[in-house]
Amino acid sequence: MTKSLSIRGGYLIDPAQKLEGKYDLLLKDGRVAELSARGGLRGKGDENIDARGLIVAPGLIDIHVHLREPGQSHKETIATGTMAAAAGGFTSVCAMPNTAPVNDSPEITRWMLDPARGAQVQVFPIAAATSGSKGAQLTDFAALHRAGAVAVTDDGKPILNEQILRTALLGAGKLKIPVIQHAEDTSMTAGAAMNAGFTAFRLGLRGWPAEAESSLVERDVQLVAETRAHYHVAHLSTAATLKAVRRAKRDRLHVTCEVTPHHFALIDEDVGDYDTNHKMNPPLRSRSDREALLAGLADGSVDCVATDHAPHAFNEKNQEFDRAPFGITGLETALGLCISILHVRHKIPLKRVVELLSTNPAHVMSLEGRGTLAKGSSADVTVFDPTKKWTYHAAQSHSKSKNSPFDGWQLQGKVVATVVGGVVKFRL
Amino acid sequence: MHSRPARPLLRGKRIALLFYEPSTRTRVSFEFAAKLLGTHTSVINAVSSSIGKGETLVDTGKTLQALGADCIVVRHPSSGAPNLLARNLRIPIINAGDGMHEHPSQALLDAYTMLRHKKSLKGLRVTMVGDIQHSRVVRSNIHLLSKFGAEIVLCGPVELLPETAAQLAPRVKITRHIEEAVRKADVIMMLRVQKERLAGLRLNAGRYIAQYQLTAERLKLAKSDVMVMHPGPMIRGMEIQGEVADSPQSVIEEQVHNGVYVRMAILTISMGVE
Repeated sequence: MTKSLSIRGGYLIDPAQKLEGKYDLLLKDGRVAELSARGGLRGKGDENIDARGLIVAPGLIDIHVHLREPGQSHKETIATGTMAAAAGGFTSVCAMPNTAPVNDSPEITRWMLDPARGAQVQVFPIAAATSGSKGAQLTDFAALHRAGAVAVTDDGKPILNEQILRTALLGAGKLKIPVIQHAEDTSMTAGAAMNAGFTAFRLGLRGWPAEAESSLVERDVQLVAETRAHYHVAHLSTAATLKAVRRAKRDRLHVTCEVTPHHFALIDEDVGDYDTNHKMNPPLRSRSDREALLAGLADGSVDCVATDHAPHAFNEKNQEFDRAPFGITGLETALGLCISILHVRHKIPLKRVVELLSTNPAHVMSLEGRGTLAKGSSADVTVFDPTKKWTYHAAQSHSKSKNSPFDGWQLQGKVVATVVGGVVKFRL
Repeated sequence: MHSRPARPLLRGKRIALLFYEPSTRTRVSFEFAAKLLGTHTSVINAVSSSIGKGETLVDTGKTLQALGADCIVVRHPSSGAPNLLARNLRIPIINAGDGMHEHPSQALLDAYTMLRHKKSLKGLRVTMVGDIQHSRVVRSNIHLLSKFGAEIVLCGPVELLPETAAQLAPRVKITRHIEEAVRKADVIMMLRVQKERLAGLRLNAGRYIAQYQLTAERLKLAKSDVMVMHPGPMIRGMEIQGEVADSPQSVIEEQVHNGVYVRMAILTISMGVE
């Protein structure tokens, strides 16, 4: 028998149950045992979290994380990456397959899920769609799914071959798992280091056109119409791509998408004088792209926020801008950025923020019993203070890597407790 | 001009010339400048050093600093490479051309050359024609000349001259017609099409010559005392007619000559000697 935990006195937001108000929670044996109006659980629970003045939400879920294991443990390990996740309020993360070797086999998927990895939060591997993510030979989706993979993708690279993508959609469709596309027409992005536009011209860097993303998604939507499968756009970054996704949704196609905090927080101009902590794939876009993303986050056309947490060692980022690897860390800043920018500055209600960070990501990845605090669901809970102001110091990050553009930023909204399977994994 | 012998203002200082790209004029110009000032000078080429063995730029810079270099002059194919060195080292870094970004010593010698012939840069109509997109010389010249009040006209085909170039500084205009660009110009700066940076872009040479070459005929549209400049290397018969390059209006050789003195000034000032 594990100890039971009550979380009392908080303001609970659970969009999946259309529930918002003063509720207390009792977690027991890894499940939500009781949910009751405030005061109804008085005296219950071996331990208690006093959530007065705090928001109690279903555990946050990040469906786009690079944990770097196996193979690149100098950047991150499953243990350090998931500790950063817990500190950021995430109770589940989906791990991308561009490890070394690529997660294209049930063996690697199972290795990642082995308790010996020391994961602090739930890890859901996403498997490679093609062998070695080389884009030629499809992997065994059914075997990967049985081993624990929740989706397939070649993230980091696009699935460019139309026939391969069509077959992938059909195969994934049978298993009811999504195919995640890293939408980048690489014929338009050779040598490109940042978004095409004035800043790229000023810095003498090769520009990455917005069409490299939108044109591929536009093509892919045709294949979704044909196959009726679930297609998910990773790290959507441009107004034109969002338009294509909106159109697909209107046509009742199963197309979903995610937006990263950095794409709604920053723009290409923020690259400044070659700051490689502002170099990522897709690149930071124009001001008008960011405005379109913010509108999409508010109106529901963007399904969820995902970090694309991509740790890199200091020396790897401390290179010439065009040589430095793409990507930034994001697990510990996501909630603060969502609250500061989406909720405080753009007046998006907290309920919608919870949808973007928990309800919808659980739905996109079909994570049963997660993204909700309904009785019987997983005892994954995030307690946060939406008013607390704090400063993010990358040097103090739980991640092995410190490559964040948000170092020194003052944010509003801080995680107070992260509970995974009824166990407190992070406590402020 | 320049008849007085140079004073060895930087005697005993160590200057490393770190060249990751082939260069004749800039390298020799900085080397002569450094030696005329009495420094110990060492030229490090990408091919004949640890760079070829995979050492990173930052590590190479730190090595040179540890060896006692008082200053590094760097030429690099990556835009922003000097910024990276400057962030990681304590000694002055001088940009001798980085990727498509900037070539500030070239802009300074160009301005100096203009000022030897014109009273002021203010109000001067300076036309730059050709491969603007890939030109670090243009970017540096636009920043410098605009600060001193020059009117800048950029001219080239859309593949080599994006509209956004006009945002780089105040008083920058774009035209696609060389006749319009050259008309009433005080200075015409011609640029080579940088084949090595075209990255798959195909350009019809015949059409380019017909539309953008500076010919004797087109030169007549400019002011009578126009200066014809070129940062080099120059491809005669491509962006510029041979006879124009050799015409009395051409100051192309003088630019190269002035480069040594301007770079002496850059080294002296950046190393704290006035």
